[in-house]
Amino acid sequence: MIVFHYDKTLEGLMSALYDAYNRKTFPDSLLAFNEQEPLFVTESHIVITDNLNSARVWKGLEKKLHANTLNMLTCVWLSELAGSDELIFRYAKKVFDSKHSIEMNFADVDVLQMKKTAQKVNHERHRLIEFVRFQKAADDIYFAPVSPDHNCLALTINHFKDRFRDQKWIIYDTRRNYGFYYDLKKVSEMTLDSTDLFPEGKLDEKLMAEDEKIFQDLWRGYFKAITIKERINPKLHRQHLPQRYWKYLTEKQ
Amino acid sequence: MKAEILDKLQVLAESAKYDVSCASSGTTRKSTPGSIGSTSGWGICHSFTEDGRCVSLLKIMLTNNCIYDCAYCINRRTNDLKRATFSVSELVELTIEFYRRNYIEGLFLSSGVVNNPDYTMERMVRVVKDLRTIHRFNGYIHMKSIPGASQQLVHEAGLYSDRLSVNIEIANEQNLKMLAPEKDHESVYKPMLYIQQGVLQNAEDRHKFPSTPRFAPAGQSTQMIIGASNESDKQILNTSVALYNRPSMKRVYYSGYIPVNAYDNRLPALKQAPLVRENRLYQADWLLRFYEFKVDEIVDDRFPDLDLEIDPKLAWALRHPEQFPIDINKADYNMILRIPGIGVKSAKLVVASRRFTRLTSYDLKKMGIVMKKAQYFITCNELTSSTISNTSPEYIRKLLTSKKTPKGKDNQNQLMLQFD
Repeated sequence: MIVFHYDKTLEGLMSALYDAYNRKTFPDSLLAFNEQEPLFVTESHIVITDNLNSARVWKGLEKKLHANTLNMLTCVWLSELAGSDELIFRYAKKVFDSKHSIEMNFADVDVLQMKKTAQKVNHERHRLIEFVRFQKAADDIYFAPVSPDHNCLALTINHFKDRFRDQKWIIYDTRRNYGFYYDLKKVSEMTLDSTDLFPEGKLDEKLMAEDEKIFQDLWRGYFKAITIKERINPKLHRQHLPQRYWKYLTEKQ
Repeated sequence: MKAEILDKLQVLAESAKYDVSCASSGTTRKSTPGSIGSTSGWGICHSFTEDGRCVSLLKIMLTNNCIYDCAYCINRRTNDLKRATFSVSELVELTIEFYRRNYIEGLFLSSGVVNNPDYTMERMVRVVKDLRTIHRFNGYIHMKSIPGASQQLVHEAGLYSDRLSVNIEIANEQNLKMLAPEKDHESVYKPMLYIQQGVLQNAEDRHKFPSTPRFAPAGQSTQMIIGASNESDKQILNTSVALYNRPSMKRVYYSGYIPVNAYDNRLPALKQAPLVRENRLYQADWLLRFYEFKVDEIVDDRFPDLDLEIDPKLAWALRHPEQFPIDINKADYNMILRIPGIGVKSAKLVVASRRFTRLTSYDLKKMGIVMKKAQYFITCNELTSSTISNTSPEYIRKLLTSKKTPKGKDNQNQLMLQFD
């Protein structure tokens, strides 16, 4: 069994691909630097992330793949699912080794898996766009905490920037502890030192704008009134609105 | 002030909730400097109610006072109901503030009829006009057109709204007159025609002068109530097809009748809304719009109603065993679409990937095809067991509709033999 150790970045993964073709040995498993190796390792290689090499691999992929497929590849990387790096590695190898495009061959396990994983991330991106709930703070900044399963917050920023261009906002990923701040001109990445200001996603009442509580109550009241009691269907409700999003949804609090 | 608004909001949302449409699709519009909001072509749902319906727009009535007395409607004038009316500024503020917090995609404005249709329509137009021109609101607006409103007002509404809609409510005019004595089909079809003319005219104008402001860019939609009168599914679906054949008609919604006025004996006594029938009608609607089915393939004189036990596509397949089995590796895309258990997405996957390799049932399963249904209607790159052509439609039907016994409950000592 051949294993590669790399730094668990996308550039590192691309460098691993470069190294593999350079050494003509392909790993069965990709591990982090400090990760325990499995039994029966015959060959172990440590990948040193090299921006030149990784750029070269990426360029090679660009040459062979449609722009949409490249986006898909990025999505799979952002999924942060276990084994997604090995999936990308296998996929990229298939792409490089094949004379013809394999992008549409969904009978291939890896191609199909790539599509499915990318779809998952895209789905979550869409749900973020749907379920972000801004709370207006006293300093006129609209604040929204999120905690998506996949690391897809960055994919939603263009949407929010376009839609809410005349209000300042912060969308903050509490799981990964980073967020984006829009100051009416540009969006910048930010990290808060502590998340005490919004325990459980609720902005502290002292920080809230004056009318914020009123509109939250109005929205909750509206949400309750719009339900048709004769048709209540909790299973369908949870299917569309999974429980993991409830903690930051105003109407579910 | 706050308690009063909350009260009004709840009363008017309660009154508006029986309108099923809540789509925010059909227009893609980026924001412009100085305005708030944008629309995305696919529509965005912002929440889901406990009955599982999407909350995309602030679905609200301007007022639930009404001069009409329609038997199926909760807001009929003879109902003893809490009545409320929003002022223009209240509604505009609510919309904007909800929108800024990402609660909604926009506004769905409907209203009971006060004084006369034109008076009501004028007040509704004032809300959307204020939103668009004074507050530069760039989000989605869906506006109901009041049956019987004048062409001029419908036209003005179209300039500020993304989508307009007029509800047919009852597919058969006789029945409509019985349940809603003040309405007839003419009062519904006229505004529909105005909208259609507006959209076509606008398309022509924009061809000549691309800067012409758009008129109802997301077209129009309508709604039919199911189960409040005795129409067959054939009548309902034929009405839908006639509507879809008109330019600008984007969606026909079906709303299972909820017995809101149980005391009215013109209406059937229902314990529960006909949810299964509603679901089957939507499935049939999808077959018409995305699966290239003709309406007489789904319902005809022999089968005027949809089968409630199985979906319409499976029902069609069982009536046409001569079309099957279909070879997954060779058949045309539109034939693959007709296989029960295969949807548009998986049909596209099949057509894309069979150029590389001959597909097996394992591949199909991985692609997400419901093999439980599809296996009886296809052949692929392996031996098939029982398909519809070497057994009988009745047998397949029995296999697919038999209730599964929960695990552990069936008597394992008993040998089961299934005969067809």
